[in-house]
This record gives sequence, C-alpha cells and structure tokens, in this order.
Amino acid sequence: MICRPVGDHALLVQVDDARSAVATARLVHELASGADGLATPQDVVPAAQTVLLDGLRGPAQVAAWRERLSAAGPSDLHHGDAQRGREVTVDTTYNGADLDAVAAAWGCSRDEVVERHQRTEFLVAFCGFAPGFAYCVPAETLPEVPRREVPRERVPAGSVALAGVYCGIYPREMPGGWQLVGRTAAVLFDPARDRPALLVPGDTVRFRAAP
Amino acid sequence: MTALRVERTECLVLVQDLGRPGWAHLGVPPSGALDPRALALANRLVGNSEGAAGLEILLGGLGLVAEGSLRVALSGAQLPLYVDGRATPWGTSVSVPSGSRVEVGRSRGRLRAWLAVAGGVDVPLVLDSRSTDTLSGLGPDPVRIGDRLPVGRAGPVPDGSETAVPDPEAGENAVIRLHLGPRDDWFTRSPLDAWRGADLEVTPSSNRVAVRLSGEPLVRRVDGELPSELPSEGLVTGAVQVPGDGRPLIFLADRPTTGGYPVVGVVDPADLPRCAQLRPGDRVRFTPAR
Repeated sequence: MICRPVGDHALLVQVDDARSAVATARLVHELASGADGLATPQDVVPAAQTVLLDGLRGPAQVAAWRERLSAAGPSDLHHGDAQRGREVTVDTTYNGADLDAVAAAWGCSRDEVVERHQRTEFLVAFCGFAPGFAYCVPAETLPEVPRREVPRERVPAGSVALAGVYCGIYPREMPGGWQLVGRTAAVLFDPARDRPALLVPGDTVRFRAAP
Repeated sequence: MTALRVERTECLVLVQDLGRPGWAHLGVPPSGALDPRALALANRLVGNSEGAAGLEILLGGLGLVAEGSLRVALSGAQLPLYVDGRATPWGTSVSVPSGSRVEVGRSRGRLRAWLAVAGGVDVPLVLDSRSTDTLSGLGPDPVRIGDRLPVGRAGPVPDGSETAVPDPEAGENAVIRLHLGPRDDWFTRSPLDAWRGADLEVTPSSNRVAVRLSGEPLVRRVDGELPSELPSEGLVTGAVQVPGDGRPLIFLADRPTTGGYPVVGVVDPADLPRCAQLRPGDRVRFTPAR
C-alpha cells in the first residue's frame, strides 16, 4: 500500500475502496497491539480510499508504520475483518422527499426502492462531515445516486439519505445535499452514551421499515 | 461552591482544555486550546495539571467576579489584567480574594490569551474533555454574561520557580514552517515556489476551524492523471488545504475530520501557536520545515 507522510506525526495510507479502508484500519489496530515497536496512533481515520494514522509520536514512528504498511498487500487484509463490528438495525419510516429521484436513479419504482434498500446489507465504512455521520456502503453494488443539484438548508435529524455509492443518516438537523429516502427516530450520536455513535466503522447496518 | 461569575464579555470566551483527540473516526474534531503550550503554562503557574480547563480569550474584554478565593494566571497574548482595579502581571499566579473582580483588558497586539484558575473550570466532561468545539457544537456553550463557572478544588500553591517568558512578538509577518504533502503533487507548482516572495494575507473569515488566507491562487494540474475530485480523506490539525479557488487555509483544532480538497502541506506543530495569534491583515510566509 502506498503510504504518504503527513507532517511528522501522521501517515496517509492509500487503499482501493472504503471496504479496504475499514479492513486496513483493523489491521493497524492489530499491529499496534503487537510487539513490533509500532505504537498505537492517537487516531485511525478510515475514509473513502485512505486510512489516516494521526497522533504518531514523531518521524521515527511515521517511518516504522510506513515501512510495515508499505509491505502489506491485499493478502494482509481479510475483508471479513472489515465487518467485525456490531450488527445494527435502523427502523426507518420510508417517507423521504426524494424517493422519486432515487427510483429514477435505480430504474425502478418507489416501492422497489424501499424494498431493495431493506434487502441490502450495508457496511459502515467511515465517518466524517459531523460527529456520528456514517458513510455506509452496500454489500452488493447499487446504482449511484446523484446529489441534489441544490442542497437543502435544513435536513431533519434522523434523515436516511443516499448520495453516490453511500447511504448515510443525518445525526442532527443541518444543511445537506443527499437524497432523502426516509427518517429514523434512532439517535445517531449522543456523547453521554457509553457508545456515543450508533454507527461505527466496521458495523453492519440493515434498514427496516417502521410500522 | 467556588465559582467565577461572568459580569462582562466583549469578545469570544471559550472553555478549553487540551481537547478530545481520539474520536476522529466518529467525525469528532480534537478541539482544545489553540496554543496548548500556553494553556499548560498557565495551568502550571496556578498549580493545576497541564490539561485542566481554562478560558480561551479572543481579543480580550472580560469581567469576572470570584465567588470564593482563587488563583489565576494569564498566558498567551499579554492582555492587561486587573484584580479589583489594580494592574497585575501577566505570566504569574495572582491571588484573587473572594468577591474580587478580575478584569482582562483588550488586546493591543496579539489575538488570544488563556486564563487558568487553580482547580480548573469544572464544567461537565463531554467525550472526556471540557473543550468547546465550535464546529460541531460539542462541549460547553461559549461563556456568556451571567454564567457561573464552577471551579474545582485547587492543588497546593506552586513554589513559584517557573517563570513565564512571553513569545517574541511575531509582528505582522509570520514565518510558518510547512511539511510538504500529501497532495502537493496536485498542483502545477510547489506551494513553496508559488508563494515565495508573495505573502499570503489572513482574511477576517478565520476562526478556530481555520485560518483563511488570500493571495496567489495555486493552479491545479490538469494532465488527466489526477482524478477530478479527491475522495474525502482524513485531515490533521495544521493541514494547509487548497479548495477550488486555489486560496489556502490552515486547519486548526476545530477542523473537520475529513476533507475533499487537496492538502499541500502541514504546519509544523511548533508553529501552531503562531497560527493561534494571526489577525486579519497579518501576512504569512511559508518556509520548508526542514
């Protein structure tokens, strides 16, 4: 894997896709707990095609991680390792304002969107944009959904939405350009909880129509 | 209960400790005092652990009343400090009798100061930190008139052997050391070449999220080898990102955890305190870190 130093205290690892990013983040955590002189990074941040190791002690640690991860290849990543988190079910009311737009992108009816979305297992690949905003990728490829041309100034908290290859849930009311398919009452992020984020990289998610 | 009662604020005052690193994988910025060394110094001066929560003061103009006797110390910008109207020194532990007023005056130069109180500002922890995150809203609200900020139990009075030395005045021109990468190859010229001899100017839209700079825009390479868009990738504090208009910004402690524009370099951590003092109109010159 190609690794680029980011200053003296971080390393950016290039991977193929979001699923590989989750598996690579898991590999980093496993290596860090070993005896190879690889200290645990303060933050391990998977993203769409990268993993960032941040808060490394200094250039020597950056170099050590770079050497170890440069030598790692796809055979070190067991993609089953990507999905070692929890299985989360999200009860969803499928009344999103953009169901027609998603139906057009998927080439099916609104009802088929709802049915297919529930049939799909998603992997929580990474978070960003806001605390608890998880970018989830489908186990089976779904057609890409374009973002809205004009983002909304206010997307309701709990909105279940699609953009590109991702499904996400808005953790609080905020501006947003993703296509809304539904809404959940689940609390996506509560810093007072033992597990502040409902969706953590490595979790699998299924959506279920709420009665 | 010992507390600081807020009577006057003319500026942005935030509770900050050393932040909440370790939660970036959930989209949570690290936050924390923009000059962690200055906060740590003020804390040591009053006998606190370095990570105790204090007040980060932007520009100055703060009036407090001590409910209970306190010790305070001011670090960072040398703002005027008064106890019951009497001028007291910067950079040293100051006793404040119960009922006395503590006034922090307006800045004559640098932008930010940190006020530590013995015992620390004892507001609730959020994800193990008392810092205000101005991007996502985690942590306590900004300090407002009428607030009573609880103060924790003070430790023993330090022996006074530590002397605080103010940072040399940076003046209007700050030289900031930059480690190039990881995406400096996205542009037609190295940022250090493009920006050499042409100062970048701090704009008024700068804050704890980022220092935004105006100046010579960087031009992207369009040779087809690069994707048209950078998929979002993890960011670090001090990252110098170049959005679509080519004008760079320096991400600070309340920055997002991921970003979709290329980062051309990272400010050396030793120069982040200088970034915490950049005022609109100041000029920045990047120089290679090594």
